[in-house]
Amino acid sequence: MALPQRKTDIGPPNFEQFLPPVIKKNYGKWKYHEVLTPGTMVHVAESGDKLWTVRVASPRLIATDTIREHCDIAEKYCDGHLRYTTRNNVEFLVSDESKLEPLKKDLTARGFKMGGIGYGISNIVHTQGWVHCHSAATDASGLVKSMMDELYEYFESKRLPNKLRLAVACCVNMCGAVHCSDIAIVAVHTKIPTIAHANFKNMCELPTVIGSCPTRAISPDTAQKSVKINPEKCMFCGNCFTVCPPMSIKDPERDGIAIVVGGKVSTLRTNPKFSKLVIPYISNEPPRWPKVVAAVKHIVEVYAANARKHERVGEWIERVGWERFFSLTGIDFTFHSIDDFTFMRDTLRTSPAFKW
Amino acid sequence: MKKYNTPLIDDLEKGPWPSFVTEMKKAAKNNEMANDALGHLEKCYSTKVGYWKHGGIVGVLGYGGGVIGRYSELGEEFPGVAHFHTVRLNQPSGFFYTSKALKEICDIWDKYGSGLTNMHGSTGDVVLLGCRTESLEAVFAEYSSRGWDLGSSGSALRTPSCCVGPARCEWANYDTLGLNYALTQEFQDEMHRPSFSYKFKFKLSGCACDCVASLARSDMSIIGTWKGNIVIDQAEVKNYAKNGMDINAEIVNMCPTQCISYDGKEMKIDNAECNRCMHCIAKMTKALKPSGEKGATICIGSKAPIVVGSLLSWVIVPFIKLEPPYTELKDLIRKIWDWWDENAKPRERIGEVIEMKGMRSFLEYIGVPPMPQQIKEPRKDPFMFYTEDDIASFKTKEAEEKKTGKYKF
Ligand code: HEM
Ligand code: HEM
Ligand code: HEM
Ligand code: HEM
Ligand code: SF4
Ligand code: SF4
Ligand code: SF4
Ligand code: SF4
Repeated sequence: MALPQRKTDIGPPNFEQFLPPVIKKNYGKWKYHEVLTPGTMVHVAESGDKLWTVRVASPRLIATDTIREHCDIAEKYCDGHLRYTTRNNVEFLVSDESKLEPLKKDLTARGFKMGGIGYGISNIVHTQGWVHCHSAATDASGLVKSMMDELYEYFESKRLPNKLRLAVACCVNMCGAVHCSDIAIVAVHTKIPTIAHANFKNMCELPTVIGSCPTRAISPDTAQKSVKINPEKCMFCGNCFTVCPPMSIKDPERDGIAIVVGGKVSTLRTNPKFSKLVIPYISNEPPRWPKVVAAVKHIVEVYAANARKHERVGEWIERVGWERFFSLTGIDFTFHSIDDFTFMRDTLRTSPAFKW
Repeated sequence: MKKYNTPLIDDLEKGPWPSFVTEMKKAAKNNEMANDALGHLEKCYSTKVGYWKHGGIVGVLGYGGGVIGRYSELGEEFPGVAHFHTVRLNQPSGFFYTSKALKEICDIWDKYGSGLTNMHGSTGDVVLLGCRTESLEAVFAEYSSRGWDLGSSGSALRTPSCCVGPARCEWANYDTLGLNYALTQEFQDEMHRPSFSYKFKFKLSGCACDCVASLARSDMSIIGTWKGNIVIDQAEVKNYAKNGMDINAEIVNMCPTQCISYDGKEMKIDNAECNRCMHCIAKMTKALKPSGEKGATICIGSKAPIVVGSLLSWVIVPFIKLEPPYTELKDLIRKIWDWWDENAKPRERIGEVIEMKGMRSFLEYIGVPPMPQQIKEPRKDPFMFYTEDDIASFKTKEAEEKKTGKYKF
């Protein structure tokens, strides 16, 4: 069968053709919104028009048949209009109030989960992991599923002092905004790469490999027409592996998971912050990662019990102090939490004022 | 079709959260590639290592990106994932769809690919996971003839993305969807034919809530803001109080600039001192509304820690008006890319180049004056450069002072 004529550089379709009529009419003229339940909100326009949004969980990795089901639901209740969110949820956009309750009933009957709006936990931003990426030290989708199963009540009903943003990165490249999340999981390698010297000269370019190492740990090994690594300097970033596959950094028993906390991106009240390392290592334990899940849940619960209303995790910790964070959570403080890379100057304490 | 025994990942079908394994199985029912992906993933779970290989020259004719090449080391054991390339399809602004458009995307993908997708990838694209090299041209012809283009990858302008903005948010200070579309159309060449030293990302948020995390993960963060007063509806303030909000504790005391007062009846804001953090507005949306000039703050340089530490974007243009055809912004972007192109080593993000060459050299090139809004605090060391021009301008100022008899510091 002949293929249709290809076109190049047309860019994406203009979004305007996909907007529901109520949005076209009230574009830029919304007055306020109200969160009705963790799964529904209503936006009210200056004209008095209303738009109800029903937010539904998604594992992000979805089959075309599931997208078709989203479409069928949208056709039944939303004149075919729907959208997805930055955190990969699905949103059904209802302009006729009489369709709202039937939609919610239908979603429940089909097993879709509503939630994620307001002061709780929404979907976890994550990367590809073993599902698709060459660099992964663990699987992202499985970690997300394991964590959300355990934290599900915070998605669906239970409330927190503020939003709590979670993220998972399956290696230290940290695709996505993992480094500014309330709690994030970063998979780490912990051993220096092993080098298959015989393959080096066919598969790798010497200057690229040497240049890829942030700590200058790699130098030429002329005898073997390959490279060698200074073990004193290597901090297992895997950058060399990305540019040179024979420098394998994967190790099933040593690859593990680190947990960072206290980041945010909005400027509400306080400036955006990076997440900081509190747990340096937990073994990689698919399919459920029980210790990682328990650690995250524990931090969520200590935050819920101690933060003031509207405080994000990082704001709460800055108010009480990091020494208090460690004492309240009972997390062991290790050398790993003391920066010995690029941020040492900014992160060491320079005053004798602190708590016990 | 081969039936795989998958006890480890089957466990991930239990529990309340929707399961990606269930999704993979759904696709696997009538798709050989998805079926092998399932077996392949179980293998990763059992050995605790991945088997994907990076790269390879894959793509569509005339484009240098938009497809991520992926092969498995276990192609013989799992032929369906021997090739498993990702096609990045450029999403519409704000991720709005009609069911008709989405079904069309699905039908094409089922015909050529694995039937597996990410709605969406973290960059913003529709991610179509798993396709053979020889299908790519057909996939591209089918999509592009129906109005869908590829997104971007590699050392190029990455697919821009934006928050829902004026389409459904009362806080948007500019048209994030419109600007996102305009920038994507303007820079098609920079997206599809990688010619940069590394990736460059735009992310557009309509206000400082920054729903697309632009400040943390885009080389150019465009964040909406305003210059006028916050207008107060006192009747609505009363309603919030009546409904149980402790306005002094939750709003007044949490305002970072301490510019709000509330005497139990009336709320006042010293607008000149407000730094527009959005806290009060986000908590009292019915009562408080920004007014006056609307526009955006442009920040530059954020990236993840690889290689020498993460960066958040730095403010370079504290305020810019953003209205079609966005000429001022587009000119600024081109100047920024020129400077980056001249100064970057391969694989250096713009934030890293600014760190190396200094903010001054960057700002001078793009023609932006120094302003205290660009910094948290002034420098702490005395190790600065004085150019001949700097000294000359200090001297001119002093000569002026001698004439007028008045110091100007
Ligand atoms: C023409 C062949 C290649 C293609 C089509 C290709 C494509 C890609 C793509 C799509 C990514 C995904 C990450 C992203 O979105 O940037 C990527 C990442 C990467 N590739 Fe390749 N690649 C190729 C060859 C190579 C080679 C030969 C090397 C090393 C010698 C290499 C090194 C890297 C590195 C370091 C990354 C990291 C991510 C980044 O820089 O953006 N690639 N590549
Ligand atoms: C029916 C046709 C084809 C079959 C059955 C096939 C099969 C395979 C298999 C089994 C691999 C090895 C995967 C692995 O274990 O690493 C492979 C790799 C590859 N194929 Fe194909 N292939 C086909 C067509 C093509 C075509 C048409 C192209 C290019 C235009 C192509 C380009 C490649 C490349 C670049 C690699 C990767 C080599 C590497 O990663 O080192 N293949 N193919
Ligand atoms: C040297 C560092 C990096 C490398 C080697 C790298 C490599 C890759 C590779 C190979 C993929 C493809 C995954 C797949 O589909 O198989 C990918 C995807 C992606 N990367 Fe990176 N990356 C790097 C840094 C970053 C950074 C710093 C960001 C953002 C701040 C980022 C954002 C993304 C996004 C958004 C995707 C899309 C995949 C998804 O949505 O899960 N990457 N990267
Ligand atoms: C540009 C850098 C600096 C220069 C050139 C400088 C120079 C001087 C000089 C000439 C003196 C007088 C010594 C004397 O008694 O004869 C002095 C005293 C002093 N400096 Fe600095 N200084 C610098 C930075 C600093 C900094 C950064 C600190 C502290 C953070 C500091 C703390 C002091 C103290 C405590 C004294 C003693 C003052 C006193 O006796 O009351 N200096 N400095
Ligand atoms: S975080 Fe690492 S392993 Fe995960 S998708 Fe990005 S590069 Fe791949
Ligand atoms: S893993 Fe990172 S630090 Fe270690 S040698 Fe490779 S590039 Fe250098
Ligand atoms: S960033 Fe601001 S304008 Fe955009 S959706 Fe979020 S709150 Fe609304
Ligand atoms: S926007 Fe922020 S700084 Fe301005 S008045 Fe409200 S809380 Fe205070």
